This record gives sequence, structure tokens and C-alpha cells, in this order.
Amino acid sequence: MKKIKSPEELEQFRSEIQAGRNPKTPCIAICAGTGCLALGSDKIIDAFKEEISKQGLDTDVATIRETGCPGFCEQGPIVVIYPEEICYLRVAEKDVPEIISKTVINKEVIERLAYKDPTSNKRIIKNFDIPFYKKQKRYIIGNNINIDPRSIEDYIATDGYSALSKVLFNMSQENVIEEVTKANLRGRGGGGFPTGLKWKATRKAKGKPKYLICNANEGDPGAFNDRAVLEGTPHSVLEGMVIGSYGIGCHEGYIYVQNEYPLAVENITIAIEKARELGLLGKDIMGSGFDFDVVIVRGGGAFVCGEETALISSIEGRSGEPRARYVFPAERGLYNKPTNINNVETWANIPLIINKGAEWYRSIGTENSKGTKIFALVGKINNTGLVEIPMGITLREIVYDIGGGIPKGRKFKAVQVGGPSGGCIPESHLDLPVDFDALSEVGLMIGGMIVMDDLTCMVDVALYFIKFLEEESCGKCTPCREGVHQMRLILERITEGNGKKEDLETIECMGKAIIDGSLCGLGGTAPNPVLTTLRYFRDEYEAHIKEKRCPAGVCKALTT
Amino acid sequence: MAEMVTLTIDGREINAPAGTTILEAATDANIYIPHLCSNEELAPYGACRLCMVEITQGERARLVASCIFEVADGLEVETNTERVLNVRKLVIELLLARNNKHPALRKIADELGVKETRFPVEQKGCILCGQCVRTCREVVGVSAIGFSGRGITRKVATPFMEFPPDCIACGSCVYVCPVQFIPMKEENGVRTIKGFDYPMQKCSKCGRYFAPKKQLEYFSKITNLPLEHFETCVGCR
Ligand SMILES: Cc1cc2nc3c(=O)[nH]c(=O)nc-3n(C[C@H](O)[C@H](O)[C@H](O)COP(=O)(O)O)c2cc1C
Ligand code: FES
Repeated sequence: MKKIKSPEELEQFRSEIQAGRNPKTPCIAICAGTGCLALGSDKIIDAFKEEISKQGLDTDVATIRETGCPGFCEQGPIVVIYPEEICYLRVAEKDVPEIISKTVINKEVIERLAYKDPTSNKRIIKNFDIPFYKKQKRYIIGNNINIDPRSIEDYIATDGYSALSKVLFNMSQENVIEEVTKANLRGRGGGGFPTGLKWKATRKAKGKPKYLICNANEGDPGAFNDRAVLEGTPHSVLEGMVIGSYGIGCHEGYIYVQNEYPLAVENITIAIEKARELGLLGKDIMGSGFDFDVVIVRGGGAFVCGEETALISSIEGRSGEPRARYVFPAERGLYNKPTNINNVETWANIPLIINKGAEWYRSIGTENSKGTKIFALVGKINNTGLVEIPMGITLREIVYDIGGGIPKGRKFKAVQVGGPSGGCIPESHLDLPVDFDALSEVGLMIGGMIVMDDLTCMVDVALYFIKFLEEESCGKCTPCREGVHQMRLILERITEGNGKKEDLETIECMGKAIIDGSLCGLGGTAPNPVLTTLRYFRDEYEAHIKEKRCPAGVCKALTT
Repeated sequence: MAEMVTLTIDGREINAPAGTTILEAATDANIYIPHLCSNEELAPYGACRLCMVEITQGERARLVASCIFEVADGLEVETNTERVLNVRKLVIELLLARNNKHPALRKIADELGVKETRFPVEQKGCILCGQCVRTCREVVGVSAIGFSGRGITRKVATPFMEFPPDCIACGSCVYVCPVQFIPMKEENGVRTIKGFDYPMQKCSKCGRYFAPKKQLEYFSKITNLPLEHFETCVGCR
């Protein structure tokens, strides 16, 4: 492939790709994300390929696109037929010949494969008419079904790398940082720290070289939002990183991704290679004279390795243990050099901000939380999957309008947000908006949203998360190592019917001390699931302790 | 001379050289802050969390480990607030659950008004302050011991739990342990540390066993002097 040497050459390449494609040509987009693959989408892809060659169809009759995850994982494997955007769900191998002959060739809809609205019982044919997608604003993952993540041409055809081109040739380094600051983008990795300020601090910090890191550890159980971004639109992340490196003034970057994400690793690896081949990464990017390259580092996937100081230790080849420090990585990070670390999703927001401008970006969201947020919606909810919502919509809208409510006519009980050390939010707080500040009291804005129904015992839930955190604690500092362990023992006793009346007070008091005293954010948030369940569902704890009764009928020792 | 900064600790104005930690500055001013894992010979570590203090910089008050946080002009430090004491009490109770006998721990507990731990005691002895591991790595320079396991299973261990090949039997880990958890004895020309035996060298002049052979080999290696040079005790040399 020839290297792109100027903005004009990029535009020319883009036009060539677009000219070679007829938007009217039927295209069969099949989700090849980890979720659908687990449901057998690889077999569907093979079946389509086989059927197309069996029927001897030309590429102007039908093309196939293996895409990233569009989000509606509950109903996978997902197949979308373009240009009509007919969406088929739960597609099986045996449906393939019929889809080709009826829908692709004769434009007939196969009703049985379309989404059936559970309230009206009507079939919904078009992808984005499905209620699950309606309240979403899919600026980051919306492209997932439109592109093959392994094809840089697909990304470029949909405006890819135009933000990079704009930055390198029309913006100063300061302008870039200013734009991101003005957009008020806040880190999607949990802390919600303003990205522009962080970039500025790293840019200003003394010391060379400077480093850039993309945090793709995503060690929280149930979450797969970062994975879906990396798998489905790896070039957005890469483009964001190159733009950031230019703004900050650094030339080396790392993508830290856990080993359990083979497909994400594969797709980002291919993306890096292709971008290098085209001169969009590496030396003299697009002929601008600016150099930047990235290396992938694979981690073991421990939850604590996502904590930035632990992650840095891990890249340096030491054990992934957090370091107690009161200086930011922006000043002393990787190899003690200024380092800017951002989450996958944060990076993926950058091209959008540059392309559409800070003003536009600020129009989405609330006063202090701008843009969209991606969540993995899981648990006792009808539409599990990946959702991208504008900041500011309420948890109720997510659970009921997007998530379709609770299955089997059961009642909503709580939604857990913020990863394993997040908080459990009861029905009475469902009108809280998705907003960094509004949710900071109950948990972080990361990862999964786990919905629970009335068959859930909240003490058992607290115990589940505390067990996870006990195992994931690195063991370095006393409050986290010993405190979380003791908390687990107390909760276990309560669920076994051996709770004591002073237990609740002990838990509350030690919870505060663990939060205040721990060395890193793992211990600093670990008591959250216990403290929030205790705050909102205290009567359940009391029933376990005083009446030796589990109201939800979950705790075995108390149900007989 | 290092640049001096002025801060207040418990309302007292204190001058300290920039770059010192709150714990150092407090100690110099005779203000007591309990601590277990910090050791001035070692790099800041901040793991026991006993030395927490509450600081105010501008608007915000927060807790920090005084053994790491460096002094700064205008910093206000409180060493005994309710929040601080709540953390310290929990820490000492949690440590008593691993070792409720050692006088050093009992003394700190007494100072904090903690009579007994609320938690079930599982006598482990070691409180995982890491001074042994860090001394071995940072001062001795051999890293013969390290940590194994995560979370509550963490312990100080030799590689693969076997005889530590890099250990020079210097005994530094033994001396530095605040709870005397690592046993060492010398008998019949053999030094035994935590069950591992290391033969001692007899002084070629006075005939006294004076140092572990492995330690002398290590000295010879790092100084590039012949081993024979070290086979005589310092008194006879
Ligand atoms: C225990 C723990 C685990 C974390 N795991 C992740 C993670 O998997 N991914 C991530 O981006 N940030 C994680 N973080 C937050 C990072 O430390 C860091 O704040 C973040 O990567 C910064 O990026 P942002 O500013 O773009 O959010 C974790 C923090 C803690 C305390
Ligand atoms: S002495 Fe500061 S944390 Fe241990």
C-alpha cells in the first residue's frame, strides 16, 4: 500500500474507496463481536459465504461484512441487510439460504426473523426503529455495524482519519488541547477527570520522553463496553491516540489490554499495522513530520491492573501493584516520565470532538457531563446488550425504555452501577440522571449496569461483590487486604444466619475507614456495594440478623 | 541547604526542608504519629496505613499517608481527627487479628484505646509491612525474598517456597522486622534463618565463627577482592 503523504492524498484515497462502492449494492452485515461469536455467528458467516458461492452470486449482487458489535447482544447473532437496513435477529444457519434468496435478491422481508415488539406484538423491520436503539445516541459505537473493523478502507470511507488530518495540518498543539478542554470531555475510566486538563498537565510537565497509554484493562466482571469499542472500531481509538500525542507532544504510546480479549487484541493489532502501512502511524505521519507509534502490552486481566499506577508497574515489567504516591502520572508516570493515561472510550471520543467541534459536543449531555456514555446492560433485563446513551438521561429510561424492563413480569429491585465496587441503586432513585456528579455518590460511571429483580437478596449481592474484591485486592495495604476480608467474613456469617446485632454498625464504621485509609481506588471504593445496599435495603439485613430470615429466599441456610 | 517550607501540624507552625515527608517533619518536631511500615533507610512505601493524617490544602480536606506525602508551604496537617483515628483504630484491630500478642502492636493499640480486636484472630505473626522484602532488595541488593499470593493470601516467601538461592544469610530481614517474626539462631557453625541452614565461616586466625559463608562470597563478588581476604574476621584483619 502506498503511504499517504498529505491531506489531499487522504481525501483522494477516500474518494477512490467511495467511488469503488455502490451504496445500492446489497450488503450483508453480520456481527462478529465476541458476544455474537459465542452464539455462533462465525458459522452464520461461513454459511453466507458458502451460499453466495453456491448460488454463484457476484459482488455486485451481495457482499458480506463482518462487523463489530452493534449492541443488541441479547438477540444475537445479528444480521443487517443493506441498503434497506433490514435487521434480523437470532439468525440460525438454516435461515441463511432463505435470507439470500428472499431478502437480498428479492427484497422480501422474512417477518419471523425481525424483532417482535413485546408490547404491541408488531414486527419491527428496520434496525434503528427497534426501541432498544431509539433513545440511544450512538456516536462512538454507531459505526460498529457499518464497518469491518479490520478494514481501514471501511473506516476511511466513513470519514476516518479526517480529524487527524485536520489536527496535523490546521491546528496547533495548544488548539487541540483547548478544543478537548472546551468540549469538557471527562475520563470514561471511572474518575471522570477532565481530559483536557490532564493533557495540558502532561504537555507542561518537564521530562522526556513523554508517554501515552490507553487503558483497555476492563477487569470488572460483566463489563464489555471497552472491549466492544476496541473490537468494533479500533481505528477510532488509534486516531484519538495520535491526536492526543500531537497535542501533548509525545511519540510513544502503549495500549494495555487484557489477555482475555483475543479478538480485541487481534483487531487493534491489524488496525495498527494497516495504519502504519498507510503512513497514518509511525514516522512522518501523513507527511506532517510528526512521529508517533504504539505498542500493545497484554496484561493478565486482574481488576487492580486497571488502576493507573498498577498498570504502569505492569508495563514496566513489575508486579501489577498500585504505588502509593501523591504525584500524578502526568508528572511522573511510566519510567518516571510524564505520562498521559486515558480509557479506551475516552480516546474514541477524540476524533468526534475534533470533527464536530467542541460547541457541538457540548450540546449533548448535562451541565458538567458532556457527550455519551457506553454501558454494558446486563442482569435481569429484557434487552441485555451494549448501549450508548447521551449523558443526562435517567436510569429509569435505560432500564425501561432501552432495556425493555424486567423479564417474566418480575419487579425491579436495584441496579448496580460502577463496576464491582459500585453502588446499588433502588427504585426510589431511578430518576437519577447519568451524570458524573449525580452518580458519584453511589458509584463510578463505568462498565456494566447490572439490573436485579425482586428475587435478588441484597445481602447476597453485597457478599458476591465483596468476595470478588477480596480476591482482587493486591494485598499491599492493610485496610483493603484485611478489611475487605473481615467484611466478607461478617457478611458470610449474616447470610448463614449467624449475624450479630452489632454487625451492621461494625460494617458501617469499618467501611468508612477502608475508604479513607486504602492506598488505591480498589480499597477506596470496595465498601460501596455493602454500604449502598445497607443504606437502601437495611431492612433486609435486619431480617437476616434478627429474624434469621432471607426475604428473597436466596440464602440457603435461612430458607428451610 | 534545602529550601525550607512552613506548614502547621496540629496547629503548630513548623519549618521543614522541602522534600521531607510529613512523618519526618512531625518526628523532628516531636509530634508522634504511629507507623509500622516506614523506615528511613527504605523508599517510601505507604502500606500499613497507620500513619494517616488529615490535610487541608485550599478548600479540600483529605487523608494521606504521612510517610509519603511531602511537606509544602501552607499545608495544614491534623494528626488526630476523628476520621484519622477511625482509620488507625481499624488498622490496628485488623493487624491484631493477625498478631494479637506482639508488644509493639499492643502498645499502639493501647495508645489508640483499642483493648481487643473485634475480629476473629488468626495468629499469623507477620503483619506484611514489607520491611524485610524491601530491605533485602533496596539495602542488601539481592531480592532473595518477595511477596507471593494476592489479597489475604499474600505472604513473604522465598522463590517457589524453597531454599532461597540468592540469600546471603545476612540476617537483615530478621533485624528489621518490627514484630520479630523471622527466627534466627546460630549453633555449631551454622546460622539458621526461618528453618534454612547456612554454614558459617571460621576465622582463619582466631578460629571463631564470624559470618555466613554466602555473605562473604557475596562481598568478594561485589568488591572484586579474593575470597581469602574475607576469611579472616574484622578483628583479626
Ligand atoms: C481498581 C481500579 C481498577 C480500574 N480499572 C480500570 C480499567 O479497567 N480501565 C480504565 O480505563 N480505568 C480503570 N481505572 C481507572 C484508572 O486508574 C484511570 O483513572 C483511568 O484509566 C484514567 O482514564 P480516563 O481519565 O480516561 O478515565 C481503575 C481504577 C481502579 C482504582
Ligand atoms: S508508615 Fe505510612 S503507611 Fe505505613
